[in-house]
Amino acid sequence: MDFLNAFIALSNFVIIPAVAYGSQLALGALGVTLIYGILRFSNFAHGDTMAFGAMVTVLVTWLFQAQGVSIAPLPTALLALPFGILGCMALVLLTDRAVYRFYRAQKAKPVIFVIVSLGVTFILNGIVRFIIGPDDQRFLDGERFIVSARTFREMTGLREGLAFKTTQGITIVTAVVVVILLFWFLNRTRTGKSMRAYSDNEDLALLSGINPERVVMVTWLIVAALATTAGVLYGLDKSFKPFTYFQLLLPIFASAIVGGLGNPLGAIAGGFVIAFSEVTITYAWKKVLGYVLPENLAPDGLVQLLSTDYKFAVSFLILLIVLLFKPTGLFKGKAV
Amino acid sequence: MSPAVKNTMLFAIVALLIAYVGFAQGWNTALVIVNMGLISAIMALGVNLQWGFAGLFNVGIMGFVALGGLAAVLVGMPATPGAFEAGGWNILSAFVFGVVVIAAVVLVRGRMAPGVLRKVVVLGMLVAGFFIYRALFDPGVEAVEEINPALTGYLGGLGINQGLWVALAWPVGGLFAAAAAWVIGKTALGLRSDYLAIATLGIAEIIIAVLKNEDWLARGVKNVVGLPRPTPFEIELQNDPAFVERAAGLGFTAVEASTLYVKLAYAGLFLIVLLILLWMAQRALNSPWGRMMRAIRDNEVAAEAMGKDVTARHLQIFVLGSAICGVAGAMMTTLDGQLTPGTYQPLRFTFLVWVMVIVGGSGNNFGAVLGGFLIWFLWVQVEPMGLWLMELITSGMADGSPLKAHLIESAAHMRLFTMGLVLLLVLRFSPRGLIPER
Repeated sequence: MDFLNAFIALSNFVIIPAVAYGSQLALGALGVTLIYGILRFSNFAHGDTMAFGAMVTVLVTWLFQAQGVSIAPLPTALLALPFGILGCMALVLLTDRAVYRFYRAQKAKPVIFVIVSLGVTFILNGIVRFIIGPDDQRFLDGERFIVSARTFREMTGLREGLAFKTTQGITIVTAVVVVILLFWFLNRTRTGKSMRAYSDNEDLALLSGINPERVVMVTWLIVAALATTAGVLYGLDKSFKPFTYFQLLLPIFASAIVGGLGNPLGAIAGGFVIAFSEVTITYAWKKVLGYVLPENLAPDGLVQLLSTDYKFAVSFLILLIVLLFKPTGLFKGKAV
Repeated sequence: MSPAVKNTMLFAIVALLIAYVGFAQGWNTALVIVNMGLISAIMALGVNLQWGFAGLFNVGIMGFVALGGLAAVLVGMPATPGAFEAGGWNILSAFVFGVVVIAAVVLVRGRMAPGVLRKVVVLGMLVAGFFIYRALFDPGVEAVEEINPALTGYLGGLGINQGLWVALAWPVGGLFAAAAAWVIGKTALGLRSDYLAIATLGIAEIIIAVLKNEDWLARGVKNVVGLPRPTPFEIELQNDPAFVERAAGLGFTAVEASTLYVKLAYAGLFLIVLLILLWMAQRALNSPWGRMMRAIRDNEVAAEAMGKDVTARHLQIFVLGSAICGVAGAMMTTLDGQLTPGTYQPLRFTFLVWVMVIVGGSGNNFGAVLGGFLIWFLWVQVEPMGLWLMELITSGMADGSPLKAHLIESAAHMRLFTMGLVLLLVLRFSPRGLIPER
């Protein structure tokens, strides 16, 4: 029995990756949940909005790299992120004006909005593939590890190594900063309060003189910032490929619904619930159990509950369980 | 212009477009478009049933189409010798066990009083059940996948491969899709519409994941090729002297005549299926049942007040519509002659069908059929058009400039953009579609 090694192995393969992935999902789910709270529809184009913002960031990163601008040891992408956010903001304001505003004025049913957002998904998908192509793109540079497995082993003398990638560190720090900023904005500023009022009760908010178009615009701007940040962090951590962002839609929606649609706090909790379940259920526990259990009980197989290809199934199952037993989510959301 | 004349003209225009392809690019190309157009029209009918009749938003069409394709394999391919004896019983008993566990859990949950004890018991049963299930399931899978993995390594099917009997796979595909739809419908219908959308999106991804990874079922990404077909093979026709003679009499070479003959045979079969389904859909639309569905769609509360069981009716039509998509999926796999799980993409198999229904006219069966043909035609033809457009735009640029190369290379991605644009334009300026609901 060797609990220390077991804990290190667990941190290395489960806890750290799940926290990083959970932060990315939480940022994505926050965007979905804000749109749901203010504009009252499920935005299927969110994954591709993330892809678009990340694409702009990738392009600007390449430009900086070509110019020799760098903030080593941090990845250049962080420097390019504000430009990506600006590009994404321009995009969402444009789509809102060209597409969604018309239906808002008509007071169209939410499902019409969802179909319209599908059309936007198509267009964004086309644009992203048109500009950057459908393939994997690398834009990560700078130091790769904060702590690499080998240095950790040398430092501690343990058998298990602990690798802490720079991208994971950046993801976690950025997510914390962004969430603090967002909650400060929603709870402390006048605009943020008007957004919450509008989300809680549209009619009362209108009566008290809140300008709905302004609320909607601010929401889109925040969503663009969140989506781009989430997209870039995911791209840095894994890789940038337009199609994967579309596939992220399912875990992101699952996070938002598990937490309670329309509830920002829930979106964050949901992101971590989904990420931890995905990683723990698809992780092969052989190594960790090998350390913890006495030798004669050590498992022969991989002790993997589900193969990694089924990670979508995990978010889906959690989603189903929540829908069946607690349709409003863990934190009370708006949806019934 | 009366609606009948207008609709006939719309169909005539689509026919002319396809005929133009026939003259300009060859009749084989045109018939390929017709065949996939027929299949697309059937998918659109299924989605129209759900969306147009009942207002259900299903974005899991890809999953149901893929399940239909699975039926084509399980019905058409011969059973792998020895596979069932090796592991089939294990797999089967694992499934039976799984169903028994779930039934037991539901029963226990109903009988016990709510509380901590119930949670513990239910959770314990589920966890124990899962591990026993895996213990039964895994050795079976291993045994099956060991049998000649390069060629088979899967259970195989019923081996129905004689002539028109192959088409038996199509209704079976419908049944598969219907069963999956029932499970989804049971859980997600009755909640708000967005939830159904997300649940169906998820189930589609999971069905594809299962098809990709469960090699014992349909070889996963190794693909099953050489599915039986209801039509003769081209090479058989070319070796048939009588056929060659008749072709020569009509002024065709044997190769050309045989390919055209096979495609026409498929088109005939598909047309029969489409006409049957269209007839049934029309009857349903104009029956009291159809009127009830539209009443539910337009005002659920009022329909419920009139004593209609909204959730049950929704489940019914959700299953029916998904079954039609399953039939179309089985037909498509038979036409392709292979099941390739890696090629199923939501944008192509789910959202394209949605564009068909909305452009054609949701709530109108003829609209769905028209949309199926028109959008499929565009989907195929936008690529050459986009290339042509890009060449026009870049004609002024210097040869070898990277921008020109990039633009021409990326022209293929114009498809998605065009489809999105078509969808948004129709929704904005003609939300009822080309042939609106009456």
